[in-house]
Amino acid sequence: MLVERGKFAGAKNMWGGAFYGPTLSELLPDFWEEAPIERYMARHKFSLLTHDACLSAESTTQKFSQPPYNGFTLLRSKFDRWFASKVEQAGAIVATGLQADGLLHDGNHIIGIKAGGDELPADVVIACDGVNSILAQEAGLQGKILPRDVKQGVKEVIELPRKTIEQRFNLSGDEGVAWEFIGSCTKGLPGGAFIYTNKESLSVGVVVQLGALVEKKIKANELLDEFKGHSSVANLLDGGKLVEYSAHLIPASGIDMMPALYTDGFLVAGDAAAFVVGTGLILEGANFAIASGVAAAETVIRAKQSGDFSTKSLSYYQDLLAQSFVLKDLKTYRKAHHFLANPRIYSSYPELACDLAERIFTNDGKPRKKSWQLLREAMKGRVSFCQIACDLIRGRGAI
Amino acid sequence: MKPISVEDKLAVNKYDVDKDVHIKINEDICKECENHPCLYICPADCYKLREQRITFSYEGCLECGSCQIVCDKEAIEWTLPRGGFGICYEYG
Repeated sequence: MLVERGKFAGAKNMWGGAFYGPTLSELLPDFWEEAPIERYMARHKFSLLTHDACLSAESTTQKFSQPPYNGFTLLRSKFDRWFASKVEQAGAIVATGLQADGLLHDGNHIIGIKAGGDELPADVVIACDGVNSILAQEAGLQGKILPRDVKQGVKEVIELPRKTIEQRFNLSGDEGVAWEFIGSCTKGLPGGAFIYTNKESLSVGVVVQLGALVEKKIKANELLDEFKGHSSVANLLDGGKLVEYSAHLIPASGIDMMPALYTDGFLVAGDAAAFVVGTGLILEGANFAIASGVAAAETVIRAKQSGDFSTKSLSYYQDLLAQSFVLKDLKTYRKAHHFLANPRIYSSYPELACDLAERIFTNDGKPRKKSWQLLREAMKGRVSFCQIACDLIRGRGAI
Repeated sequence: MKPISVEDKLAVNKYDVDKDVHIKINEDICKECENHPCLYICPADCYKLREQRITFSYEGCLECGSCQIVCDKEAIEWTLPRGGFGICYEYG
C-alpha cells in the first residue's frame, strides 16, 4: 500500500526539474515513450554570475539526444501521477489524501502506521516522507535536522510558448537544457540558481543553504526575484506568465546526515535518508530515491519469503545500497558539502572569472597587456595564488 | 517580467485550505526572541512582525518545514495539514 498525503500522487512534490541515469528505465524499460516527460536533456550550461556580468560554459553531445537518453526534465505533479498509476497496475493500493501521522509500535517492533485517525498494520513501513521525515524521527533513526544540513529551494514555473523556448535556448524538437548558475544569484551564500526547460514552461529557481539564509537575514524569494531580473536572465523570461510558486527542503550534507537506514519493521528511503548528491556541477536525488525504493522493495520481498522482518533481516537493505551507486556515490562525494561551504566559490571566483573575461575582451584604445598580467590584476584584492592552490587541492579531494 | 509580490505569487497556486491550523506558534516565546529567523526563511511570508509581535497565517504555507528547523526557541508546533488539504501543486 502506498500512502500519499496529497490529493493525488505528486500534489505535494516539487523539485528543480531534472532527472538523470538509467535507474528508471531498468525498472520500466522505454518509460519515456509513455511517461509525461517534458524534454530530454541535450544541453548542460553552467554560468558564473556577478551583479552585472556572466561567464558561461556549455556542454552538448549527440549522445545525450539518443535513447536511452542521459536525463529528462519532468514536472512532478504530472509525472508522479503517472508513476503512481504504474504502482496500481502492479497490484498495490494507492491511498491518496491520507497523511501518515505516526507509527504503530509493539515493544521495539514497528508494526504499521497511524493515518487520518486509523491504524494501518504492516509487515514493514518504508518511510519516504522527505528530509523532514516525521516517521524516521519517531522511529528514533533521525535526530533534529540542522539548518546547515539542508538547502531551501524556491521555484517559479513560468509559462512561455513552445517555439519561444526553443528559439531562446537554441533547442529543436524535444531537446532541453539544464542551466546552473553560481555567484551573485545567492549573494555569495552557498547555493546556486537554475533554469530548466519544460515543453511549454521554464522552471526557474534558487537553492541556498538554510543556515546561511538565517545568518545573513536574506530571503530566498528575494534572491529569486533578483536572479530573474539579472541582465543575462531577464530576456530569457520576458513575456512569461507565472503559473506556480513552490518551495522545498533538500538534504545537503549527504552521508554525514544520513540516518540509520533500517530497524525492526522499518526502512528509510529517498530524501528521508538524505540520498542526494550535490557537487556544484551535478545535483541528483530522484535517481537515488528510485534506486533506494527498488532496494527497499527487494528487501521486503525477501523478508516476506522468510517471514522475518527483524532488524537483522532488513539489514539486507543496507547491503543492497552498498553494492549500488547509492551509497557508493554518497561515499565518493562525502566531503563535497565541506568543500562547497567555501564562500570564495560563490563570490571571489565568479567575480574573478567575469572580471578577467571583461579585461580580455575590453578594447579601450590603450596598448594591450598579456593575459597573465590581466589575471594578476583581476586577482588583486580578491584571491591569492596560494588560496587558489589550496582550494584546488581541497576540490580534488572532495568533488 | 515585472517583479511580483509573494502574495501575488501564492495567489496563482492551488490550495485546499483546511479549517484546522497545522502550525501553531507560542507567542510568549516569540516575544523573547531577538532574531526572528522565521521572518526570513519562510518562502511564503507566513510569519510577519506587527507591532513587535510575531503573527502567523497558515493559509499560504508551502509545507517546506524550514520554520521548525530554524526556530531554536522551539516556539513552533509544526505538523503537516491533514491528508488532502494544503498546497496542491499542478506543476511541481
